[in-house]
Amino acid sequence: MKREIWKGSEAIAEAAIRAGCRCFFGYPITPQNEIPEYMSLHMPQRGGVFVQAESEVAAVNMVYGAAASGVRAMTSSSSPGVSLKQEGISYMAACQLPAVVVNVMRGGPGLGSIQPAQGDYFQATRGGGNGDYRTVTLAPANIQEAVDLTQEAFDIADQYRNPVVLLADGLIGQMMEPIVWKERTPRPLPEKTWAACGRGSRDHNNFITSLLIDAPACEAHNLDLAKKTAEMEKNECRWEEILLDDAEVVLVAYGTPSRVAQTAAENLRKQGIKAGVFRPITVWPYPYARLREIAARESVKVFLDVEMSLGQMLDDVHLAVAERKPVRFYGRCGGAIPHVSEVEGAALEAWKEVK
Amino acid sequence: MTTIYQKTKGLQDTELHYCPGCSHGIVHKLIGEVLEEMDALGTAIGICPVGCAVFAGNYFSFDTIEAAHGRAPAVATAVKRTHPDQPVFTYQGDGDLASIGAAEIVHAAMRGEKFTTIFINNAIYGMTGGQMAPTTLIGQKATTAPLGRTREQAGMPIRVAEMLATLDGCVYAERVCVTDIPHLNKTKKALKKAFQRQMAGDGFTFIEVLAACPTNWSMEIDEANKWLMENMAAYYPLGVIKDTEAM
Repeated sequence: MKREIWKGSEAIAEAAIRAGCRCFFGYPITPQNEIPEYMSLHMPQRGGVFVQAESEVAAVNMVYGAAASGVRAMTSSSSPGVSLKQEGISYMAACQLPAVVVNVMRGGPGLGSIQPAQGDYFQATRGGGNGDYRTVTLAPANIQEAVDLTQEAFDIADQYRNPVVLLADGLIGQMMEPIVWKERTPRPLPEKTWAACGRGSRDHNNFITSLLIDAPACEAHNLDLAKKTAEMEKNECRWEEILLDDAEVVLVAYGTPSRVAQTAAENLRKQGIKAGVFRPITVWPYPYARLREIAARESVKVFLDVEMSLGQMLDDVHLAVAERKPVRFYGRCGGAIPHVSEVEGAALEAWKEVK
Repeated sequence: MTTIYQKTKGLQDTELHYCPGCSHGIVHKLIGEVLEEMDALGTAIGICPVGCAVFAGNYFSFDTIEAAHGRAPAVATAVKRTHPDQPVFTYQGDGDLASIGAAEIVHAAMRGEKFTTIFINNAIYGMTGGQMAPTTLIGQKATTAPLGRTREQAGMPIRVAEMLATLDGCVYAERVCVTDIPHLNKTKKALKKAFQRQMAGDGFTFIEVLAACPTNWSMEIDEANKWLMENMAAYYPLGVIKDTEAM
């Protein structure tokens, strides 16, 4: 297969079109402007719809409309813009509408900075909008994975009728790397018989709504959604293990920091310290069970959680490890990227503590 | 036996939840009749608001989507662009359209989106219990303007049809009401024209319906219709606001 050099944001946009995404609605925000820019040229050329919306709120509600009428749709933004999109994400989860939302995270809170960060972890993994729901949240660590996960995201969304979030940090969006466009086997997917696309010869009208004004009906709906949440938790969890088999120090990181952590682990091994990396690929559902198994190993002495935020995934690491082993933390934030030497130093310190 | 009148197939048999004297039910019926006459019940897609008409999808017999508060024009933008040959409309109240959804309606009209918006202006928030709307008249009492709206505190009421008419993308805007049979007939004609111009691909079409809310106006039905004609129609003039060639 031919290797091509692609910039992350543009690769994500092209991957969406190749996955059958037929409309894109967005609003400019750095560092992901290449996605709407790419879509504005290529989506119409490929028979799709592109609209630059008046706001992130309007953009996500356009996605809601397209999804409700049975069309594959996507929006993208960066941290402050994704906060505005939470309204639409919650409504789509409530109405069981499939769509893909890309967050190329930057420093926060508020306007923050335009450099890479991971401060939206809580928002992305805990639903983010109002009400009881979760979204499958995919966190690529390189451009190839961003491409593959973007394409699969549409299938996951359609399979569960639920919004899916692609959670990339700014580096994934802005970096260029070689990729290959793989042959894809689409998942078998149900017909969208629920879509409000014109009644035609159907014996009933489809009414897409999230309003269930009587408590028993609303509770029953929530419990139905919870069954689906459990299905997603069971089927969609994924992670990668790097140098973990004999590891004594386990670095836990996702996205760009996982690559820094991998280099740090390799350097530590050169110094005779058995270090490895546990990398969640889905940050929701979180690979608790596997991380718990690793925590139970006799060989494992300590965990070091590494983030470009101030300890958000740390909560999940604690939930998994459940005090079986000590958990330490190293994070940079606001757009600062952890250097290999810093992560190596933090890992070394953690290892010395338990040695 | 000749049938001279029957209920439109555009409505289901569900009982409406609207209060006595409310204009929503009449406008629902007119939309159903117009779409039925256009043979569009199998293709139409309606976008419902948040507010009293939040349940409209339980009444219309064609496909409908309930939008988040104020976002119906954004939802309709996507639905129409992905289903360009089908009639699409938003049905919105004054809180939904003129307050929280002001950006969405202005930009949909600016882009000349080829759908129809039916704007129910009753100068009050109905569903939440009578709070002040952007279209509440000066001196009119509301639960959040208990002494009556003042210009100093809340500004002057917004004339949405006139505002949208300034945008080139809006090709047709008319203000109507349904207080009596002649006005009701005019409203039906306006609705039909709006849908026909939409289907001709001319641009954005907008029908503002001055509507009565006897419950939250604390009036009898006849009194409410009289108040509407004397006060609302005086500030929000009835008639065609804009009717231009395709953009």
